[in-house]
Amino acid sequence: MALQDLCNYHDILVDDATSESAPFGKRIGFKNMSGLTLRNSTSLFKFYIPAPEYLEGSPIQFGQVSTIQSSKDILHPDSILQSLSSLTAPPLASSQSVPLPFPMSHGTTTLAFMFQGGVLAAADTRSSCSGLVACPAAQKILPIHSHLVSTTSGTSADCALWKRILARELRLYQLRHGRRLSTGGAAKLLSHMLHPFKGTKLCVAATLCGWDGGEVEECRDQDFDLKDCREVTKSQVRSLEKSLDASLDKAQRASLEADGQLSLTRKKQSFSGPRLFYVCSDGTRLQGSLFSVGSGSPYAYSILDQGVEWKLTVDEAISIAREAVYRATHRDAYSGNFVDIYHISSKGWTRRSREDLKEEYYREKEKRTKEKRDVAGLDSVCAEK
Amino acid sequence: MFSVQTFGDTGKMKDYHYTGPVEHRFSPYAFNGGTVLAVAGEDFAIVASDTRLSEGYSIHSRDSPKCYKLTDTTVIGCSGFHGDCLTLTKIIDARLKMYKHSNNKTMTSGAIAAMLSTILYGRRFFPYYVYNIIGGLDEEGKGAVYSFDPVGSYQRDTYKAGGSASAMLQPLLDNQIGFKNMEGVQHVPLTQDKAVQLVKDVFISAAERDVYTGDALRVCIITKEGIDEQTVALRKD
Repeated sequence: MALQDLCNYHDILVDDATSESAPFGKRIGFKNMSGLTLRNSTSLFKFYIPAPEYLEGSPIQFGQVSTIQSSKDILHPDSILQSLSSLTAPPLASSQSVPLPFPMSHGTTTLAFMFQGGVLAAADTRSSCSGLVACPAAQKILPIHSHLVSTTSGTSADCALWKRILARELRLYQLRHGRRLSTGGAAKLLSHMLHPFKGTKLCVAATLCGWDGGEVEECRDQDFDLKDCREVTKSQVRSLEKSLDASLDKAQRASLEADGQLSLTRKKQSFSGPRLFYVCSDGTRLQGSLFSVGSGSPYAYSILDQGVEWKLTVDEAISIAREAVYRATHRDAYSGNFVDIYHISSKGWTRRSREDLKEEYYREKEKRTKEKRDVAGLDSVCAEK
Repeated sequence: MFSVQTFGDTGKMKDYHYTGPVEHRFSPYAFNGGTVLAVAGEDFAIVASDTRLSEGYSIHSRDSPKCYKLTDTTVIGCSGFHGDCLTLTKIIDARLKMYKHSNNKTMTSGAIAAMLSTILYGRRFFPYYVYNIIGGLDEEGKGAVYSFDPVGSYQRDTYKAGGSASAMLQPLLDNQIGFKNMEGVQHVPLTQDKAVQLVKDVFISAAERDVYTGDALRVCIITKEGIDEQTVALRKD
């Protein structure tokens, strides 16, 4: 007990009587929780919450405003969440009048766009900390499940932890309802989870790139496991592309729906195809077909706006994405090092091996000198004539 | 510890010229200096730290090492605010014990790293001012280094320097261990002896140029035989 008091860690097996204010789907068999029922914004966060004695016991006011009345509600999570209960010890949202003595990691270039072959997501890998490169090989594209990938921008700790929370919630949804939550649903979920922290220093700007599955019945047969996800080399991507083209025929999709494979009890349409959403910690949630986020995004936008069309092949799309990130890293001080490219299709996500942009720079330099030489050669030939 | 906020960020003194009335706020943080370094090899890991504990212009102690042994295969190095370092290591120890009691096995290095990330993020809005680096052996017996930022973002590395002299040491490690920015060099894997020698040399350089690093160096070498500790003297001025 002494140990647990020190850590404010309560034994999750202790049963609790106060279950009426449980959040969405926290208890098994909670019948009216078929979606996101938001009683109040705090009900989203009824996971283990550390009692903030360090803020209340001290006579010195650190200026905190307890927007979440978490000090009184310490609910005991489900036994399913045993291993994750401490994960969601949610940060107490106090107003930041205690100035932080250290800077947070920020600054990036990430982009994502839709095309006929699915969704392509690309990002640089530099993680900077107000002038110092904290990590030259960070991972800014985080897979959430087999058909959903999120690019992250903002504070790296916030992005990593919130992606974990989102992945867990999506998995729970899948287990409870027997189907994957759509990308739009995931975006809404993330947006609502971040809402209580609006106004605080939390900084998350993510684009969710996913492929929504087909009808409910078919979804049960699809393999939900993450074994689909694997790193591939460039040659494997090409063979994947060929197999993709067959499955992406729009006519096929339309005929599937028309066939009446939709369950008769469900009248709603089920969409199958690529989806792209942008979610931001200030509350923005947008659907679109092209997004670029971060300090290097203006440079990336210029390349993307010029080149992205629906009918690109996978290889063309990859080269445009790489070019966009390369140009952004060239001009933006806070982006650089490598580029990660992920491709999401109906089969799931695949990742290309990380490419060093230094090589790209030298390749382009060589190409330029070669072109200059060719032009100079032509000029001399013309001059002779 | 009541520290008056005459310091700017990272504990460096601001210029002393009169700018008008200045309000001094109490700051709950203090910067106690110190540098930590960790290197992962094929079957070993090294965690090293200096032993100076300073605050402002004073040195509180010359014998305050910043490596803490967590399990037989994991050592953590914490630098930054000493108060938060102590509390954090106590909390980690307690959680390790609890895990041992409920699961009947010791936590692996990767699990400790994931747990530390959530502990740190739990204080997202009043963070632990600690730069952590965990060094140890993973389940396969290979060396592993996990580096953290104060709010819990982490990843696995081969080598990492943290603390006050990190900006000076990291480029040196990039060059010597990662063979970065060198053309036409053969990438030889790091042996344990070379790694220990490199760590000692690197700290000697750090003590030359960083005022908060010095006095002595504590090196913990983690292999499957156990944890071996060495102490090397550094500049005391």
